[in-house]
Amino acid sequence: MALGGTFNARGAWSIYVRELMRAMRTAFQSILSPVLTTSLYFVVFGTVIGARMEPVDGVAYGAFIIPGLLMLTLLGETTSNSSFGIYMPRFTGTIYELLSAPVGVAETLIGFVGAAATKGLILAAIILGTATFFVDYEIKYPLAAVGYIMLVAASFSLFGFILGIWADSFEKLGIIPLLFLTPLTFLGGTFYSIDDLPGVWSTIAYANPIAFLVSGLRWTFYGTSDVSIWTSLGLTFGFLAVCVAVIAFIFKTGWRLRE
Amino acid sequence: MPDPILSIKGLTKVYSGGVKALDNVELDIRKGEIFALLGPNGAGKTTLIGAVCGLVRPTSGTMVAFGSDLARDWRTARARIGLVPQELSTDMFETVFRAVAYSRGLFGLAPDKARIEEILRSLSLWEKKDSQIRELSGGMKRRVLIAKALAHEPDLLFLDEPTAGVDVELRKGMWQQIGALSERGTTIILTTHYIEEAELMADRVGIILKGQILMVDDKASIMKQMGSTEAIISLAQSLQAVPESLSAYPVTLSEDGCSLIYRGGSGDDASSGNVEVASLTKALIAAGIDYVGIDIHDSSLEDIFVDLVSEREEGTA
Repeated sequence: MALGGTFNARGAWSIYVRELMRAMRTAFQSILSPVLTTSLYFVVFGTVIGARMEPVDGVAYGAFIIPGLLMLTLLGETTSNSSFGIYMPRFTGTIYELLSAPVGVAETLIGFVGAAATKGLILAAIILGTATFFVDYEIKYPLAAVGYIMLVAASFSLFGFILGIWADSFEKLGIIPLLFLTPLTFLGGTFYSIDDLPGVWSTIAYANPIAFLVSGLRWTFYGTSDVSIWTSLGLTFGFLAVCVAVIAFIFKTGWRLRE
Repeated sequence: MPDPILSIKGLTKVYSGGVKALDNVELDIRKGEIFALLGPNGAGKTTLIGAVCGLVRPTSGTMVAFGSDLARDWRTARARIGLVPQELSTDMFETVFRAVAYSRGLFGLAPDKARIEEILRSLSLWEKKDSQIRELSGGMKRRVLIAKALAHEPDLLFLDEPTAGVDVELRKGMWQQIGALSERGTTIILTTHYIEEAELMADRVGIILKGQILMVDDKASIMKQMGSTEAIISLAQSLQAVPESLSAYPVTLSEDGCSLIYRGGSGDDASSGNVEVASLTKALIAAGIDYVGIDIHDSSLEDIFVDLVSEREEGTA
């Protein structure tokens, strides 16, 4: 039975649904675990320590750390989910089915990256809901917040996809989220305003690209940020574009896929 | 020959390490046939399948399937091609039904429970439709892979070593299923280590070695052209050398001198070898050489394959 030479929407949808179901199959690892970890952050830093802290930029400390903690989970989970999603078929050999099917880069990205981004958004919603039990907060620009979270989720899902293609071992798969993303997010103003850092440390902190993401999300929440929202947006869109270009290159050359 | 449904021209694949896995392969596949691709390990069988199915990027050459160039109109062509890989590669935590339904969706077809049920029943998997694939036996897992490959109703099906690691009973069952698929009009290309499998199943046979197709022909034609007769004559008393009186016959003496080995006869005339062996036995008697037994048989496809590969390897050594 022939399929036209056009975009294979059913193929993309099949990958998307399957990836989401995979997450449901591993709900404890994919959803409960990060929510539990983030809740502990809210309890320790938001409720216990936060009660003794001064407001930052006019925002209560417990509320101040929400965007940073959200970003911490979002970056880690979208990257891990997406990288794992494409690495596992490569590792187990089931990638043959994807490569031999009439699906191209668009269908593959919509399926894998779309599912990883969706999981990220679901997590973000759960974390924000959980936060209401521990701290009082209001989102100043809710639409902008949703839009920015979607942008970051999509960008890091793409990044995770590249990681999953690049990695040739489980160790490599875990290196980037554990050794780079998590520390950089911690140091990217999750728990403090970068402008409060003394002297040269403030300058060094701005070399950390994650600081711009945390700052951008914080702006959508409270209208205050370390850097201009436009700078954060520009950087995020730039990162997204680079990821798309790299993935297009991977599919064009078959690097690590069709070798 | 009618227009082939798959036409491969000048296909070459050189891997990044410099290994030439395919070397200028030319191959046409006819509609509805079962084509067996024979070759030793590393001959290029899986690379050839991979190149057609999109798993391997060819270095050069063209492939046209169902009139569509696989490099340009790959979506159209791939939608009509199915692949059963050599390895048991599937999501072991997925249920049988969902795994097959996923394959159907991946190829762009609407969900069709009735069709999937039909496929699973034909492969005796319906009772296991809700089982996770990891719970199944090796033979069942392989049938799941076949079901997945059939989910989008391909016109051309590649089976890469379909019976590797499968016991004799299951292998026979698999042959029946392949035969049934062929009867329904699916063109089948299979690679196999079991020459018996090719001999039994295939309409045409291709022999590949070191990335080159050595020959492609109808199975019957190969047997006719390259077949021979072998007779092992067990002697009552050992000999030191082949007697001068037997020099007209293509015979050799075994290492222990206890047997004379005849290899001859022409595939053009299936009985010519037998006639010559009968003549040889008379010559033995005339020469006063007594024998106690004769084991005579025509060469199998396996003999032809082994001879051909050995000759080529000796030629390139």
